[in-house]
Amino acid sequence: MRENLHHFFRAARGAGVRLSPAESIDAMRAVAKVGFSDRTILRDTFLLTLAKSQDEKKALGDCFDLFFNQPEPSQAAPDDGDADDSESGAETTESGSDSDAGSDAAQDLGPLAQMLLSQDRNEIAAAIANASSAASLSDIRYFTQRGIFSGRILDAMGIQRLRDDLDDLTATNPALAERLAAALDGLRDTVREAVSQALMLYGREEAENLRNEILRNAPLSRIEPRQVEQMRHLIRQIARRLRERYSKPRKRQRRGHLDVRRTLRRNAAWGSVPFLTAWKRKHRDKPKIVALCDVSGSVARVSDFFLLLIHSLHEVVSDVRSFAFSGHLIEVSDILEAKSPEEAMAEIMAKVGFGSSDYGGSLADFEKQWMSAVTPQTTVIVLGDARSNNLDPRADILRRIGERSKRLVWLNPEGRMAWGWGDSEMPRYSTFCTVVRQCATAQQLERAVSDIVATYQ
Amino acid sequence: MAEHRPSASIEAVESGLAAQGYIASRQIATAVYLAQQIEKPILVEGPAGVGKTELAKAIAAWRGLKMIRLQCYEGLDEAKALYEWKYAKQLLYTQILKDKLGEVLGGAATLHAALDQLHDFGDVFFSKEFVEPRPLLQALEQTAGCVLLIDEIDKSDAEFESLLLEILSDFQVTIPELGTIVAVAAPTVILTSNSERDLGDALKRRCLHLHIGFPEQKLEERIVESRVPGISQTLRKQMVGFIHEIRTLDLKKLPSVSETIDWARVLVLLQATELGHEMVKDTLNVLLKYEADIEAAQPQVSTFIAKASRQGVFG
Repeated sequence: MRENLHHFFRAARGAGVRLSPAESIDAMRAVAKVGFSDRTILRDTFLLTLAKSQDEKKALGDCFDLFFNQPEPSQAAPDDGDADDSESGAETTESGSDSDAGSDAAQDLGPLAQMLLSQDRNEIAAAIANASSAASLSDIRYFTQRGIFSGRILDAMGIQRLRDDLDDLTATNPALAERLAAALDGLRDTVREAVSQALMLYGREEAENLRNEILRNAPLSRIEPRQVEQMRHLIRQIARRLRERYSKPRKRQRRGHLDVRRTLRRNAAWGSVPFLTAWKRKHRDKPKIVALCDVSGSVARVSDFFLLLIHSLHEVVSDVRSFAFSGHLIEVSDILEAKSPEEAMAEIMAKVGFGSSDYGGSLADFEKQWMSAVTPQTTVIVLGDARSNNLDPRADILRRIGERSKRLVWLNPEGRMAWGWGDSEMPRYSTFCTVVRQCATAQQLERAVSDIVATYQ
Repeated sequence: MAEHRPSASIEAVESGLAAQGYIASRQIATAVYLAQQIEKPILVEGPAGVGKTELAKAIAAWRGLKMIRLQCYEGLDEAKALYEWKYAKQLLYTQILKDKLGEVLGGAATLHAALDQLHDFGDVFFSKEFVEPRPLLQALEQTAGCVLLIDEIDKSDAEFESLLLEILSDFQVTIPELGTIVAVAAPTVILTSNSERDLGDALKRRCLHLHIGFPEQKLEERIVESRVPGISQTLRKQMVGFIHEIRTLDLKKLPSVSETIDWARVLVLLQATELGHEMVKDTLNVLLKYEADIEAAQPQVSTFIAKASRQGVFG
């Protein structure tokens, strides 16, 4: 059972419950107290000792149900020993016990064939469970391994012998051979199912990690429609991580000078002997972000994710104003805040999206109406490829924005190689920016935003 | 009632708490049982008013232990939660003992000799006599054991959480000047949280994590039965059914168990035997705490009463 518990812990990790060895020790101590006999108590015990949040409790509960629905290999352990024995001495023992198979021709068949013909479900299930643990099925991680593990399990169950039997039988007893072949197909299906279930239990985390890793480094602009939802999920994850990292109470203010007034008052009780000291606190800027997003056809998808990330970050940065532009510029903060991401994106796109971009015109729009939003505490982020269709880039406005703000960051989804070629105005703009970065993948996006938030910590 | 040794089984916990008027679900009873068996604190999370604090009180009453309560708030620190030096007393004693000090040091000819003599004197002023124990230290000093309730831990700062870690894992506190103080008898620790702030992993992993949500209908009926004995069975069924319907609405603050109990008391006071439309409308403010919520619930009242009564007949 101990072995089984370890398998369960691994399965729980696969289900997304973060378990440290110390927690598994606690769980084992607790289980030792309550015993295994009562499933509901066992389940409660795991939920109490292992899961640390509601989500985790749910995941762990599902995982528990899935896991303990499988037949336990340890129960069938004594059979295991028997099976090994009988394999060596198959001919001698099996000839007698075989009468229920109903056929004389079945006399010198291998153990697996006997088992299949006798159609004892429990025995077969136990045999599969044994073979699974022999093939260490719990090591399965990726869906590509399904074939290998199915093969290993069938090998461990003695499929080689079964094939020989089948060959012999087709010659001597075609009817029985047919029955056996059908049973074998059934067995294959059952094994495949067991492997799939194991993959679900043990492989979920790795598969997800792999997929996220690929997605994280894929160019945002070239994401296929079916991946968009996964990408949104990933972006939300990134936002959550950033939030966890930066929303910690910003209390650990660095000490400034001694606050004489407060120190004296605090120590009045003991004759103003300064036992307790009070310090002046250093002032820290509140984060303010103004985001300008190019939503013209070429970069629309990237800005989509970008706006999503910025607005998922609301809990860290309370003061975010977002603007979208292609031909002209509008404020979209309200739309993003009031609606679900999908609806908001659709509305923004309908209003200003997909046009051909006019950076000069849009910057002029911004200067005319919203320049006051930029203060010395503001970080201004511009997201765009700086391709202005050979119109006047109005770099002078960008210079003024840069001068008013704390930082001016330009995130460009194009590679550095492309900057300055064709109608790209990037070199002209970049002289006025504090930071210029390439930002084509989710990972780069995360780093860029993380840096921006970090400057306020 | 005064039973100090850990209870024998989960059922014993359940009946023991029930005797104190706390109807525990299976999950809660298992948590309390395990907490005693493997000596771990319980971190209780859940919406306000589902009986997180009550649980600690019930355990204390059932096992005949003293309950020590530490209410957390922003800015709570070591000095208020753990221990503090009695500065004033130290100061006073130095004043009084000034002359004595002169006598002790009188024999010393040089500053060096005086210092040596002072060293022999030891750290009198940083001894146990001058420590003012606050709730956490008090809890460790209880010889008979106690129930330590750390209420609304999510209201405190992250620094305070780290301060708790030593107590939660080993039931001991280290005071730099005195050394480590280990609990005489390990207290039963209950931490409560409304999930206002995410607690640190280090804290969570030292505790059993118990989530108390709104109870199921049957359980809630039993809770009302034990808390408001005078209530008729039909009314009880109806009102609990009604509240369960209310909880399906999208409200700012859903009514929790404490509101259920309050409402039951109010209905008993009004000598109601059945749920009536007018009466519900008049007393809705006991259940719902926001004007907007009351407005949202008003139009549904009749349907909910009807549903609840139907359940009462067939359920």
